[in-house]
This record gives sequence, structure tokens and C-alpha cells, in this order.
Amino acid sequence: MPMEANWTDRRIEGAVGNLLRGGVSLAALIVFLGAIIYLVRHGLSPVEYHVFRGEPADLRTVRGIFRDTFHLRGRGIIQLGLLVLIATPVARVALSMFGFAAERDRMYVYFTAVVFLVLLYSLLGSPN
Amino acid sequence: MSTLEFTLFVCAGSLLAGLVGALTGLGGGVVLVPFLTLLFKVDIRYAIGASLVSVIATSSGAAAAYVKEGISNIRIGMFLEIATTLGALLGAHLAARVSTHAIAIVFGMVLLFSAYFARKPRPLHERTLPPDPLATRLRLNGSFPDAEGDRSYNVQHVPAGWTLMFGAGALSGLLGIGSGAMKVLAMDQAMRIPFKVSTSTSNFMIGVTAAASAGVYLRRGYIDPGLAMPVMLGVLAGSLVGAKLLMRVHTKWLRLGFSLVIALLALEMLYNGLSGRI
Repeated sequence: MPMEANWTDRRIEGAVGNLLRGGVSLAALIVFLGAIIYLVRHGLSPVEYHVFRGEPADLRTVRGIFRDTFHLRGRGIIQLGLLVLIATPVARVALSMFGFAAERDRMYVYFTAVVFLVLLYSLLGSPN
Repeated sequence: MSTLEFTLFVCAGSLLAGLVGALTGLGGGVVLVPFLTLLFKVDIRYAIGASLVSVIATSSGAAAAYVKEGISNIRIGMFLEIATTLGALLGAHLAARVSTHAIAIVFGMVLLFSAYFARKPRPLHERTLPPDPLATRLRLNGSFPDAEGDRSYNVQHVPAGWTLMFGAGALSGLLGIGSGAMKVLAMDQAMRIPFKVSTSTSNFMIGVTAAASAGVYLRRGYIDPGLAMPVMLGVLAGSLVGAKLLMRVHTKWLRLGFSLVIALLALEMLYNGLSGRI
């Protein structure tokens, strides 16, 4: 079976490397585009980060971030870039799981699945 | 201060943090939160959220390079990520429950540890140790390309390493740092993994660990795009430049200077936390 023979550890490592680099580059690009819109529109308003208020609901959820991005809101687009960044390691774990499955390494498929579930819970579970 | 000025100052400072972090191998995350809270008076919760995001960016960027060299051990990474991600979830949940003073105090102590760690000489244990039954069953033992061909190693003390990793994850989730120093300590000191493999595997794990708490922070509204943007772009650019320069500069004095800065920041954080200013 040539398909499985190709999926050596080194092979996974190469794919993982490309995925990480691609994810970070994409995230940085989106954040940069959002930054331009944000600074053009709000560059001259004062900053207030010494008081903690928490972000509005639309910048806290995946759906809200997509809605803001669709309306070309600078902060929403930056947040989308940050979401891509957070999703990059999650995708890396998913890819490793696929790689271990192809190697028929059942124990490591389970280990990877646990990590993947913890990450999904963090992104989609209850906030508190 | 206007948003534009603030963005430029924070971006410049983050660039410097990323540059020095990459050159010294300590990562920029550990100085970012003190930099934002002490200098710019940013609320520590926003600072932690922004720092966490930049930690994912730098570690993923660096891991991409390391992984291709074949030095990282992805099995060790994956197995220990169970500990670090669970710890990170705990840390992120604790962050919402403890006071900001307490976070500042813990931060100060972790900074002190990092300053000490930065100055410590690297122990060399070249000797090949006998295989440990648990590590063998978990298939953690491996090899890596060295100056004279592939060098193999046998991993030791798996439970101790796992426990330390859980702690490293919890600190990462509570403070928004990569806690690379503690991860390396767990692998290189407790599990007796060669230093080169420990550092690159630690880098590989930092992104996943930080992602586990970043999700919680995002949904809790601690990640502000206006603040995270200059921090993330600055640190990323700084660390990329740092990685390119790494081969050409002597880092001994830089490490010493950086550890001194970290120690001062530690005292400042402790003072602010204890006096209730943060």
C-alpha cells in the first residue's frame, strides 16, 4: 500500500511545517488588512486600555466575527485574522491525527484526538 | 494618546521584544505583559490576551522551521500536549476567578524564574541512558540529526515530565505566556531529552498550548483587536528578523542583559501586584 508507506514521521513533519507557515502568513495578512481599515477610520480617536470592559459580543464569537468582516469593519477583520491564527495549531493537531492514522499508530491517534477535543472545547465550549 | 500613536509605539516595542526574544531563545511573551501594563497602563487582562495571540504566531512560525529540520520529536510533543492543553484550560479558567493583583504577583515570580533560567549554563548530558519501560511503551524515544550523524536518546521520568508540563500549561493559560522555559526544563532536566530536541519540541508545543487558552480568552472578550494587532505584527516581525540574525551575533551579553531586564520587570510586577496597583 504505497499511500501508507508515504506517511512517515518525516512526511508529517513536512506537511505540518507548511501548514504552520501558511496559517501564520495568512493570519498576519488578514490582521494587516484589518489594521489599515481600522487605523484609517479610528486612527485619531483616543485609546482607553487602562479600563477593562471586555469586548462586545460580536468580537467574541465566530459568527459575530464573520458578520463584522462581511461589513468590512476593521476590528472585525483583525479579529478574523486572530481567529485564523488560533485555528492554525488546531489544524496542525488535526493533520497530525490524520498522519498517525495513516501510520496505523492507534495509541497516538487517541492522544491526538484528546488534544483536538480540548482545543475544540476551548474554542466552542462554555466561556466560563 | 491617539490610536495611531499607540499602535506605532506598541508595534515598535513588540518588535524589539520579539527580536530579543528570538535572539536569546527566551521568547518575547514573557516581557510583553509587563511592557504593556507597566509602560502603557493597559489592563492586565487585555495585555494577557494580546500576548497569548503573539505567542501562537511566533511559536508556529519558529516551529515550521524546526519541524522541517527533523529535530522536534512530534510524538513527545503530542503526548505532552495532552498535559499542557489541559493545564492551559485550567489556567484560563483560573484567570477569570483570581484578582489581577494575584496574577501580577504570580507573573512577577515567573519572571524571576525566567531571569534565573536565562543565565543558567546549559547542562550537557551526552551519555546515552538505558531505555525506560514507560517511555518505550509510549514510543517516545527517538533520534535527531547531529554533527556526526543521527544521535538517539532514551526518554526518562515520564510522569514527572508530564506533571511539570501540566504546570507549564496552567501558567501559560493564566499569564498569556508561552512558558517555554518551564517546558524545556520539564523535557531537558526531568525527562533527560537532549537540549536541542527539548527546545525545538517546546517551540512546537507552545502554539497548541496557547491556542487552548486563547479560545477561552477570545470568547470571554479578553482579546482586543486594536491592541492584539500591533503586538502580534510587531512580535512576529521581530522574531523573524531575530531568527535570521541568530547565526551572526553573540548572544552571551544579550542574554545577560535581557535577564537583567526581566529581573527588574519581575520586581516591578511584584511591587505593583502587592501594592494593589495592578
